[in-house]
Amino acid sequence: MTEIVKPSRHNLFNTHILPVSFEYFAPKTINEVLDLLSRYSSNAKVLAGGTDLLVKMKMRLVEPKYIINIKEVEELSYIRDEGEVVKIGALTRWRQLEKSELIKKSFPALYDAVKVMGGTQIRNMATVGGNLCNASPAADSAPPLMVLNAKLVLASKRGEREVTTTQFFKGPGKTVMEPDELLKEVIIPKPEEGVGSAFIKVARTATDLAKISAATALKVEDNKIAMVRIAIGSAAPTPVRTPKTEEALLGQPFKPSIIREKVRTVVNEISPIDDVRSTAFYRREVSKVIVEDALIISFNRASRGG
Amino acid sequence: MKKSIRFKLNGKEVSLDVEPNELLLNVLRERFGLTGPKYVCGIGECGACTVLLDGEPVLSCLTLAVDVDGHEVTTVEGLERDKELTAVQKAFIEEAGIQCGYCTPGFVVMLDKLLKENPNPTEEEIREYIRGNLCRCTGYVNIVKAALKAAEELRSSSSAIKLESGFHS
Repeated sequence: MTEIVKPSRHNLFNTHILPVSFEYFAPKTINEVLDLLSRYSSNAKVLAGGTDLLVKMKMRLVEPKYIINIKEVEELSYIRDEGEVVKIGALTRWRQLEKSELIKKSFPALYDAVKVMGGTQIRNMATVGGNLCNASPAADSAPPLMVLNAKLVLASKRGEREVTTTQFFKGPGKTVMEPDELLKEVIIPKPEEGVGSAFIKVARTATDLAKISAATALKVEDNKIAMVRIAIGSAAPTPVRTPKTEEALLGQPFKPSIIREKVRTVVNEISPIDDVRSTAFYRREVSKVIVEDALIISFNRASRGG
Repeated sequence: MKKSIRFKLNGKEVSLDVEPNELLLNVLRERFGLTGPKYVCGIGECGACTVLLDGEPVLSCLTLAVDVDGHEVTTVEGLERDKELTAVQKAFIEEAGIQCGYCTPGFVVMLDKLLKENPNPTEEEIREYIRGNLCRCTGYVNIVKAALKAAEELRSSSSAIKLESGFHS
């Protein structure tokens, strides 16, 4: 399979083979990964679970010259409880999140996302970092991590920096990461007492990508909304927060009629398109409904202490 | 440039040279003649290529063969012991969980693993576990029936073994 198959209308749909040749590396440590990234930068792609990257390579949407497989970098795979925050290594599999009592208890919105992402096999392969770096507007991890105020640690030979999940996305398939950077860790602060969160995804089948999705985090004190964060997926070039709607909700009493009235403005803060999965019209109509539902689930969870 | 890899395949150590862009599915089928895992969608939608990698179900159509160097791969062919069909395979026959049979190896690998993890699954747990496997002939009713039957069969045979040997294993 060394010979290069030239792209044509036909082999774009041939998913039997990988029609791209590349040089392959399987480093064992973060330092080795960063060395390789600084050497090959934009000619290299990091391979983690492979459930997005290899599909894109089969379709010839990306044709990297170098593949850096990080599956053997054990120091990138962990879920660590550090008291006020939980740190998740970028190579952590979705299945590990699913099996983690800590994730289930501390971050219900993220756990909701895990339970609707892919099938068992995909969850065994797909990683937390891969879902973020693929930067699909439909990434299931994005809206929950945005409303949970998660930070992402980006590492390179030049050092480390932190960005928020909201800052991270720049467009479909685009992030703020430099070509020599590796997403190393996700840091999620544990929500204070009384905060509830939820994630809702609307998709055609159990394992499909989202037509639209929404996550919310909410705190109600003395029956008034004291904190609210909303993020919507698959309705703009990146997953987005809806700050104007959040501001309008603050201080309001948590009453179903008021919530329904106030969440209507989320449609002004998204810019959905028609594509293979859904239409802009449907996405706008459903965005209000799932944000409202997610807020009510968040509220119910907060009042029973989870 | 070819890479030499060694891994355990259905219990036996094997080694071979592969190109970095060779997929595990194609290596299993074309180099080892293991045609249990099937190529269907090639993009991780259908589950027909499922194999166990270090005991966990993964999709061999989205795994590079070089990536399994030093690991353990089990295909549907590696599940049977002493040429005897597994409880899941027998239950698929008895409950007619098969029509064209193309998706069957993926389901068998999945359900064999599920029953090892959870010997007494509910119908909902079974359906949840195999949500990434598609059958386009008929649906999932008989497949789920077969899983429930195999689970019952395995539970009764393991309690028989316990009684025989007189201690809990």
